[in-house]
Amino acid sequence: MMQPAVRAEPLLNVDNLVVEYGLGNKTVHAVSGVSLQVARGETLGLVGESGCGKSTLGRAVLQLRRAKSGRVLFDGEDLTAMEGEALRKMRRRVQLIFQDPIASLNPRRRIGDIVSEPLIIAGVKDAAERKRRVHEVLSAVGLDPDLVAGRLPHEFSGGQCQRICIARSLVLNPEFIVCDEPVSALDVSIRAQILNLLEEMKARFGLTLLFIAHDLAVVKAVSDRVAVMYLGRLCEVGPSERLFARPAHPYTALLLQAIPVPDPDIRPAESVANGEPPSPIAPPSGCRFRTRCPRADQQCSAEIPELREVAPGQFAACHHPLA
Amino acid sequence: MSAPLLTIADVAVELPTPRGSLRAVDHVDLSLEAGRTLGIVGESGCGKTMLSRAVLQLLPKRAKLTGRVMFDGQDLAQLAPERLRRLRGRDLAVVFQDPMTSLNPVLTIGTQLMETIQEHLELDAPEARKRSIELLAAVGIPAPDQRLAQYPHQCSGGMRQRIAIAIALSCEPKLLIADEPTTALDVTIQAQILDLLAREQRRRHMAMILITHDLGVVAGRADEVAVMYAGRVVERAPTQALFKRMHMPYTEALLAAIPKLDAAPHTPLPAISGRPPDPTRPLRGCSFAPRCRYAASDCHHAKPALTSAEIPGHLYACFHPIQMTERVGA
Amino acid sequence: MATLELSIRDEVTAAPSRRKRKLGLLFWIASGWLVIILTLAILAPVLPLQNPVDMDMLERRAAFSSEHWLGTDGLGRDELARLIFGARASLTVGLIAPMIGLTIGGAFGLLAGYFRGRFETLVVGSMDVLLAFPPLIFALAVTAYLGQSIPNLTLILGVLGIPAFMRVARAATLTLARREFVIAAEALGASHARILLRELLPNVILPLLAFFLLGVAVTIVVEGALSFLGLGVPPPMASWGSMIGEGRDSLDVAPRLAFLPAAGLFLTVLAFNLVGDTLRALTDPRQGAL
Repeated sequence: MMQPAVRAEPLLNVDNLVVEYGLGNKTVHAVSGVSLQVARGETLGLVGESGCGKSTLGRAVLQLRRAKSGRVLFDGEDLTAMEGEALRKMRRRVQLIFQDPIASLNPRRRIGDIVSEPLIIAGVKDAAERKRRVHEVLSAVGLDPDLVAGRLPHEFSGGQCQRICIARSLVLNPEFIVCDEPVSALDVSIRAQILNLLEEMKARFGLTLLFIAHDLAVVKAVSDRVAVMYLGRLCEVGPSERLFARPAHPYTALLLQAIPVPDPDIRPAESVANGEPPSPIAPPSGCRFRTRCPRADQQCSAEIPELREVAPGQFAACHHPLA
Repeated sequence: MSAPLLTIADVAVELPTPRGSLRAVDHVDLSLEAGRTLGIVGESGCGKTMLSRAVLQLLPKRAKLTGRVMFDGQDLAQLAPERLRRLRGRDLAVVFQDPMTSLNPVLTIGTQLMETIQEHLELDAPEARKRSIELLAAVGIPAPDQRLAQYPHQCSGGMRQRIAIAIALSCEPKLLIADEPTTALDVTIQAQILDLLAREQRRRHMAMILITHDLGVVAGRADEVAVMYAGRVVERAPTQALFKRMHMPYTEALLAAIPKLDAAPHTPLPAISGRPPDPTRPLRGCSFAPRCRYAASDCHHAKPALTSAEIPGHLYACFHPIQMTERVGA
Repeated sequence: MATLELSIRDEVTAAPSRRKRKLGLLFWIASGWLVIILTLAILAPVLPLQNPVDMDMLERRAAFSSEHWLGTDGLGRDELARLIFGARASLTVGLIAPMIGLTIGGAFGLLAGYFRGRFETLVVGSMDVLLAFPPLIFALAVTAYLGQSIPNLTLILGVLGIPAFMRVARAATLTLARREFVIAAEALGASHARILLRELLPNVILPLLAFFLLGVAVTIVVEGALSFLGLGVPPPMASWGSMIGEGRDSLDVAPRLAFLPAAGLFLTVLAFNLVGDTLRALTDPRQGAL
């Protein structure tokens, strides 16, 4: 299913992706048939609560988790069909930034080595060239290469470590970066710095981003389009402004309502959300949100709702979308 | 005005570290009346958790506490350990950030709940059980009698936090300290838990300290807000007043740095540059001065004291307070 | 540019530069002792010592004298020479045997922790079998079959140490392999070999080395026990264990013959343990950084 919002050939095309993995003798249905497209130069935000499969989806895009079925087309090539050397080559064009910046740096290696590692793996033999590239990206992320390169990760704060991670992901000039909750482990004041940095890097290096987060406001700040996930399925996809102004899926509306607003005049609405997300081991039949949805009826438990266009560029998978 | 339930007077906490003494809490004064909510807001390392530990007298062994913590007419710092132990859990309860670690994984929920009730309220087992079921129902747990036989790992994060709240509420505390109670939870669950806390607080006329890093959480839930930075309270005011007219540049910057839902995508955020000062190296001047865009030379040389603004109860520690007519952020 | 106003220069220099860690006096005394013992053991053949196996039946159990600084044993052999040559035997076995464990066990543990799956089951299973086999019977069987010699003794103790090293390496690898920096390397297209050698090994090697030192201490004690039982170093060669065994006969006449090697054993094992513990405490690079 192609979405008209994406006119040109998308850089990333995830087609009916299914990821399942075993947990003891049970199967976790982490991603169940998700399709989405990211156009070149675009930032697609992916939001959802913990356990909704958004991180699994991010890792499946990079083939760090292999899909059970479905395809991940990157620049027209199917990553799920790739193996070994071909996949390793492709991975250089796609990078990943993690939630925990400190854990994503090897504690025993110096920053200079960590940042030049991708170049070594990619086969850049010239040491001077490597050093030049490392200097370039470290300065780009706002760190002084001469001061930073010789130090170990534990000498830096979380925000600085995230800058280093961003530098490492940029050093190979990738086209696409999956950002998996890159700011959720950071303090509010540091968070804004990193979000601004990501925006700046995106413009400077011409990146395309898949930005995964649980915080809707954070996602909105950086995304052109937003996809909302619930329990392994997409609920809604649409342009950020539109989606936040007029959510069509009851789950999107619920998420928006639950955000605490820093304004004492806006009384927090009594939580409409009843209950908690069911386990992805045994997801509900039909629409997976039906167990918590105020609009659920017979049809919702019988039929899986398809993504349907509810407004130009906005798609919702709901039998009874909000007007 | 009745006498406050809790008065924190000139409390300072110092922690010895290999790098030297760390001033976690730097001479803080606060007070809280029965039935009211005080929100303490700050980033990690600002001393908000240490302050709450000082109230509970649960500081690390080597920490040095000075000042007075008056609770219900007695100074907790001077109290005998046995009296203190009886007070905690009964009049003074706490809910921590991570319900997985605050509940004992090898005991059933029923055992943990009933133990607390029996120890402090001197009820017999059937009565304690009845009360446990009532409490679990009150915190919104379906089928409470079945839950009693379950272990914490059989419950979701939100459920566990409800159970932790039930245990905290079990002896009708006069003061509940909620230390980042929703930080580990999803946003829809967060809303439920905050509602639950507010509802139970109203019902029990309990005082509450709500510690969080999220200004959004305190905005709708607290009567009064204290903003902490580098161990000090840098601004303190009734919630409405604070959000209407904030005087301390840090508060303003903190609010501005939060991404707003009603802002257009790709709007650059007014970030606070740099990072908080190293608490083992005390600064001579205002601790926010190195990051503050209003800082002048006097800010680097002397520490501003908490001074009163025109609104009663609104205090701020700044030489160059912002004079806003419009609220920022929104 | 908003992000570049970040004053990284001030911040990073303000952070304490890499501080020296306080290791304590005890650590240095222990290390000093080990250096002395190792030097003596290595240099034993070139030191002006008497032949440790030359018997002098006229001077049995001689007291301390200028000729025999620490006297002689029950067969009139120079005690000092035997002690130092004994250290040579004990340390050879004590150092080489854990090295076998470290290399083989460490490699298996690393691979098992990284690849998981059937390979891990196989490795852990075979280690359990090895652990369940009574070590003394194993030692007896091997010495009976291959003969009693220092290489054979080293081999036995080395093989017996493999499961423990495997466990340490596997446990360390298991926690590390889930860390993001390993996944990050994988996402960069690093090969398995590169991830194992560059990302995992530097992190696993330190706990392994600390464990190695404890292993040395244990092996020296076990070698002593085996030699005491007559399963260790073949006579007339000296090892601390065999010397204690031989000194047993003259405990009432000359207790020093048992106590001197026992003291050497005790101090050396203690020193290895102390150094091992201190190094293990330093395993975490962030220690003390708060």
